[in-house]
Amino acid sequence: MMPIGYYLFLSMALFLIGAIGVITRRNVIVVLMSIELILNAVNINLVAFSRMFGDVAGQVFALFIIADAAAEAAVGLGIIIAFFRNRETVMEDEMDLLKW
Amino acid sequence: MSPTLHAVIAFLQTWWVELVSGVVIVAVVPLITGYMVLMERKLMADMQARLGPMRVGPHGLLQPIADAVKLLIKEDIIPDDADKMVFWLAPVVSMTAALTAMAGIAFGPAFEVARDINVGLLFIVGVSSLGLFGIVLGGWASNSHYSIMGALRSTAQLVSYETAAGLALVSGLLMAGTLNIRAIVDAQYSSGVWFGFLTPVAFFIYAVASIAETNRAPFDLPEAESELVAGYMTEYSGFRWACYFLGEYANMIVVGAVATTLFLGGWLRPFPRVHWLNWLDAVPALFTAAVGVYCALRAGKQPVRVQVWFMWAVALACFAVALILAVPLAVAPLKFMVPGLNGAFWFLLKITGYIYLFMWLRFTLPRYRFDQLMHLGWYILIPLAIVNVLAVGVAMILEMEYGWNRWLALIVTTILTLATALFLLRLNDKRAAAATSAVPPEGPATEDSYAG
Amino acid sequence: MLDKVIFFFFAGVAILSAALMVTRRNAIHSAIFLITTLLATAGIFLQLRAEFLFIAQIILYVGGIMVLFIFVIMLVNLDVALHQIQFSRQKWVALLVTLALAAEVGVMLWSSRGIPGQGFLLPNAAPASQLPANTEALAGRLFDAYLLPFEIASVLLLVAMVGAVVMAKKRT
Repeated sequence: MMPIGYYLFLSMALFLIGAIGVITRRNVIVVLMSIELILNAVNINLVAFSRMFGDVAGQVFALFIIADAAAEAAVGLGIIIAFFRNRETVMEDEMDLLKW
Repeated sequence: MSPTLHAVIAFLQTWWVELVSGVVIVAVVPLITGYMVLMERKLMADMQARLGPMRVGPHGLLQPIADAVKLLIKEDIIPDDADKMVFWLAPVVSMTAALTAMAGIAFGPAFEVARDINVGLLFIVGVSSLGLFGIVLGGWASNSHYSIMGALRSTAQLVSYETAAGLALVSGLLMAGTLNIRAIVDAQYSSGVWFGFLTPVAFFIYAVASIAETNRAPFDLPEAESELVAGYMTEYSGFRWACYFLGEYANMIVVGAVATTLFLGGWLRPFPRVHWLNWLDAVPALFTAAVGVYCALRAGKQPVRVQVWFMWAVALACFAVALILAVPLAVAPLKFMVPGLNGAFWFLLKITGYIYLFMWLRFTLPRYRFDQLMHLGWYILIPLAIVNVLAVGVAMILEMEYGWNRWLALIVTTILTLATALFLLRLNDKRAAAATSAVPPEGPATEDSYAG
Repeated sequence: MLDKVIFFFFAGVAILSAALMVTRRNAIHSAIFLITTLLATAGIFLQLRAEFLFIAQIILYVGGIMVLFIFVIMLVNLDVALHQIQFSRQKWVALLVTLALAAEVGVMLWSSRGIPGQGFLLPNAAPASQLPANTEALAGRLFDAYLLPFEIASVLLLVAMVGAVVMAKKRT
């Protein structure tokens, strides 16, 4: 294993790239994909610390995060499909039905 | 010398076996795939009372090489509106997934590229399921209706039957207790009987699901020529199509290897622990020698001289292999090599039998329609696989906690699973009968449009 | 040495693919780059000797979630969307805030390098040969101490499945 700082740096880099994707992209599907990237960054962090302390609980929690990400992606994509059927768009600033 | 050079040399010294095996797999598997295609064409011909490829090389044995050369020199056509990067990527993904999955397969107790992976079987299953992306991206990139429809249908089929196959594997894994390939085969050795005999329902489900996984008939709607031109492969020509085809046949080898490892005893000979059957250890050498004798006898009857020489060459090669297999049996100091060499022979024999079953079913059964296919996967195979997992689990508990005999527990639970299967099939028949009876009846008999 | 090479290779691929993913115009290209990022992350898990998580990542994330994403992208694909503006109007502010955060974490990591025994850049993990079998250890923990979260996760997946089907069904 490398020193833990390398994994933290990698995890932070992926997290920030994912955060940029969530904030700046207009296509909501790319936003969802960036959220998956953020969850992956957290997973790397968890597994790195699990290896450092020799405790497998970090990997158990990472497994839960993967399952949770699957559920969230499924529901999120279902919402996008339903919205697309109504409004014919996937751009986030055209989804303004709740605006005043 | 610099430390990096030391490090590189140390790396090569530790890992040279794996690297060489990897290179051998990538180099040899395309050739084997080509000869599998020839075997399929010859078998198809035999079952259709004709001869198959006979022209290129003696008995058509050089046909795959001619096919490969033809595919390589064909013009590379890319549709105009196709997405070039994805169009290039898709066959590569399909082939890479299949070849990488072969890294986890153990052909014998000592022949494994990636040794002792903790999650061996799951690695093979997981990586070979990445071939899905080759299909869906290929269909998408071709920018053509037939391609996209074929790709979507094929992906839906693969995903459905992957679930059924995985659950069938779980039943087998319950008895093995581990995902490590060597440990699975050792568990079959210590239980004295192959797991395919202990859970025949799981083996059957895996066999059917793996036929659907590899897009083989009768589940080959996505690539059937009369249905969708060639499905997701429509716009691919020449070498790209060869990559897809190679991926499909390599996938067949991979699912055959998984089934052999988990259900058919891997590299064990039949009845591995029955001592009075130890003479079966001589069967590999005798079998190969018999094939050599057959080739030698047929050599004199070939019409053309080059074919005579070729048959003699094949006979000599068979005798050489028989000698290599027989020497460790006879010479006492080399006895330790017997499980390794014989194991590889048994493994290859079992995979060949499994693939022969695939091909036999292709030539015999008509194709499933897509909705029938999905119905079979979701309504029949998955519930049956789930019930089988429950049944095997209950049998294991009966054996471990309550001290039942293993065979008794498994027979009882297999009977319950088969009862469930019959129940599911009756439900299916009732549903089909209800659907057809809901169709409105024909018009009055007096409206006979052909009358008069 | 091999450890270092593997780590830098997979980390480089992950960061490069992630950066490419958030900047592509075509959503399918973004999805492909996310797949390579996820595969590189799986490689990092393997390097950390988390074998089960490596293969779980490949089967679940790459083989399941990404297939779902690609299907949905194919369903909602609009050629119109390819020619519109890809980034929202907050992109410079977002970039600035992200860089500030990155600088903060970088300074924290760098300034702790000299602390004996506690620095982030010191190796302090047990050697790999002393690790128990990963799948067995994970299964032992999962079905022993974390059984309730496991059951709740399965209920969550069931609810998500039903919800997604209800959301995406056509109202005839």
